[in-house]
Amino acid sequence: MVKAAITTPAATNPFIPFPFVVMSRRRETRDTVTLRLRPLRNVRLLAQPGQFMMLSVIGVGEVPISVSGLPRRPGELEHTIRAVGSVTRHLVALRPGDYIGVRGPFGTSWPLQLAHGQDVLLIAGGLGFAPLRSALLSILRERWRYRQVIALYGARSPTDLLYRRDLSRWQQRPDLVLRMTVDHPDQYWRGQVGVVPNLIRQVAAFFEPANTIAMICGPEIMMRFTIRELQKHGVPDEHIFLSLERNMQCAIGLCGHCQLGPFFLCKDGPVLPYSRLAPFSDIREF
Amino acid sequence: MPEAVVVEASQLANLLAALQARKYRVIGPTVRDGAIIYDDLTTVSDLPVGWTDEQEAGEYRLRRRDDGAYFGYAVGPYAWKRFLHPSPFTLWRARRTPDGVIVELTDAEPSRFAFLGVRPCDLAAIGILDRVLRDGPYVDPSYRDRRDHVFIVTVQCANFSPSTCFCVSMGTGPRAENGFDLALTELLDPGSHRFLVEIGSERGAEILRELAHRPASASDWETATRLVHKTAARMGRQLEVRGLPEALLANLEHHRWDHVAARCLTCGNCTMVCPTCFCFSVEDRSDLTGSVIERVRTADVCFTTAFTYTAGKSLRQSARSRYRQWLTHKLATWVTQFGTFGCVGCGRCITWCPVGIDITEEAAAISGLTRKDERP
Ligand SMILES: Cc1cc2nc3c(=O)[nH]c(=O)nc-3n(C[C@H](O)[C@H](O)[C@H](O)COP(=O)(O)OP(=O)(O)OC[C@H]3O[C@@H](n4cnc5c(N)ncnc54)[C@H](O)[C@@H]3O)c2cc1C
Ligand code: SF4
Ligand code: SF4
Repeated sequence: MVKAAITTPAATNPFIPFPFVVMSRRRETRDTVTLRLRPLRNVRLLAQPGQFMMLSVIGVGEVPISVSGLPRRPGELEHTIRAVGSVTRHLVALRPGDYIGVRGPFGTSWPLQLAHGQDVLLIAGGLGFAPLRSALLSILRERWRYRQVIALYGARSPTDLLYRRDLSRWQQRPDLVLRMTVDHPDQYWRGQVGVVPNLIRQVAAFFEPANTIAMICGPEIMMRFTIRELQKHGVPDEHIFLSLERNMQCAIGLCGHCQLGPFFLCKDGPVLPYSRLAPFSDIREF
Repeated sequence: MPEAVVVEASQLANLLAALQARKYRVIGPTVRDGAIIYDDLTTVSDLPVGWTDEQEAGEYRLRRRDDGAYFGYAVGPYAWKRFLHPSPFTLWRARRTPDGVIVELTDAEPSRFAFLGVRPCDLAAIGILDRVLRDGPYVDPSYRDRRDHVFIVTVQCANFSPSTCFCVSMGTGPRAENGFDLALTELLDPGSHRFLVEIGSERGAEILRELAHRPASASDWETATRLVHKTAARMGRQLEVRGLPEALLANLEHHRWDHVAARCLTCGNCTMVCPTCFCFSVEDRSDLTGSVIERVRTADVCFTTAFTYTAGKSLRQSARSRYRQWLTHKLATWVTQFGTFGCVGCGRCITWCPVGIDITEEAAAISGLTRKDERP
């Protein structure tokens, strides 16, 4: 853990992280927290919803993490991180006042402009809600720009739901259709049980497929079935946007790990329309 | 034709001296452990004088020549990326001090290299690395700093490896037209050993002024041209590249992938010897006390399962998928990504594959394309 301030050289070098300090830490679930970060110096790494940063725990390593919120003050960052391995375990253990390194922003963003005047379907599975939360917050901030806004969210169990305060606030909004489902309900669960694609059928009356922009992030299998369901309803492939993840060592198109056919997911993605992915989507292990 | 002069072979020592006097670190071919590799040169005698290499799929052997040629071989297991894109390489170092963590760059003064003996295919490979690491929207500063200073002495291919080279198909050789500072063609006749030297840059012209030389005559040019033409004519291996990217991507589930995967050891030799493979991994290394931390980049290749480790599993577990990544990247997706093939036809991957897998044969079988001039 880095308790002491980080000083970096003045020379610009894309591999050098900028020092940030943890402002707050909110526990989301057993293994997931949301951190708010503030730059130590006067740097502004301004990320769009859908983009990601490389977060460094110096001495442990660096990993790609999406922005999950909007900055309250310019230059601030919000990230939701699940502890799954060595670097993320350290990130989740950070406390207010701790220092970390940040590079970015990287990659493509959600097509919010394209969605102006359209119906919007945000479909999240599990931790896939993190990158979509920033899109939803941005949409709700300029709600008048969009027609119907529908958010569908699936989690393993009620205790795995992220952003519970947000969810209960959003459920009150008349201008947002929010549906949630879990695989394993507990005795208090009053929402749906089952997989996310099933929710699409239930909200079909709310969106006009030809004029809908869908944004999806979640486990691969969930995205696969979600795409199929959207296609069945007539949403065109060019309007279905996915956020994909793959091993990334540099985030700037140089390390080669995140390739998916012609794409480097760090710079051509992580957000891509399904129309561009379709030729490779059925090729196993591509 | 570029401007050219002729120098006696004995002037090679002066070329080396002129480069050294300009504080270049001169790297060139030398014999080590039964192969011709690239390493620091101090004198002309470090060069592989009188040696040649015999290469076949899965085979490499040095043999004595019956003359004193300096550049009488084709290519060995090393590529110039070793110097331009070194591994391991420390991206930065962090020190824990009472005042906090201080991050410093460690690459303040990278070597200024002079490369002596760059084959046309390898020159093309440097051009490809330029596109990947220097000319894109993102720049690798360590590559750029080395690359921008490097002085290149090309050697046109009068010597080559008939059964592994296929630069003619890739359009990268056996002659380089530009991109070098100087380009040598070794002219070796009984009783006369000289070089035709083409001048590719002002820096090259300046160095050449320190060498005894005379203008190249029409007959010098004719001799040099005949040598490279002979190389092109005798090149046995070929690859049809017209329509190749599309044909490969249309055959991602071809049964031939299973066939080649049954032989492939996924050792990654082909990627390591490839002059354009650029992939790397990054890790943090600490000293025992944890007070000094280095973020280190090391070469990595798509033949390991760890390469695609994501969310608890490798995305390319089968040998088939990893061989397919290598071949389709080199000959198909690289074109979309960087506007050029990722292959220059140097043949290293064929020679150094322990089981002799031949990229040209696999690509032809999978794409269904054959060279027009091959058909009866
Ligand atoms: C564009 C993008 C956005 C992401 N956004 C988030 C987010 O908002 N919140 C979050 O918790 N996680 C996110 N992830 C996943 C996160 O990067 C991984 O969980 C993390 O890399 C695991 O690192 P580790 O060292 O803790 O785990 P280990 O299991 O020790 O992983 C070892 C190495 O494998 C690679 N790796 C493992 N899993 C992944 C993965 N899922 N994606 C990419 N590389 C991986 C990393 O290089 C990692 O350092 C995102 C991934 C990508 C590509
Ligand atoms: S073939 Fe493999 S190792 Fe070589 S550049 Fe492509 S992905 Fe990297
Ligand atoms: S093709 Fe040959 S060199 Fe390449 S990984 Fe397979 S066995 Fe190794």
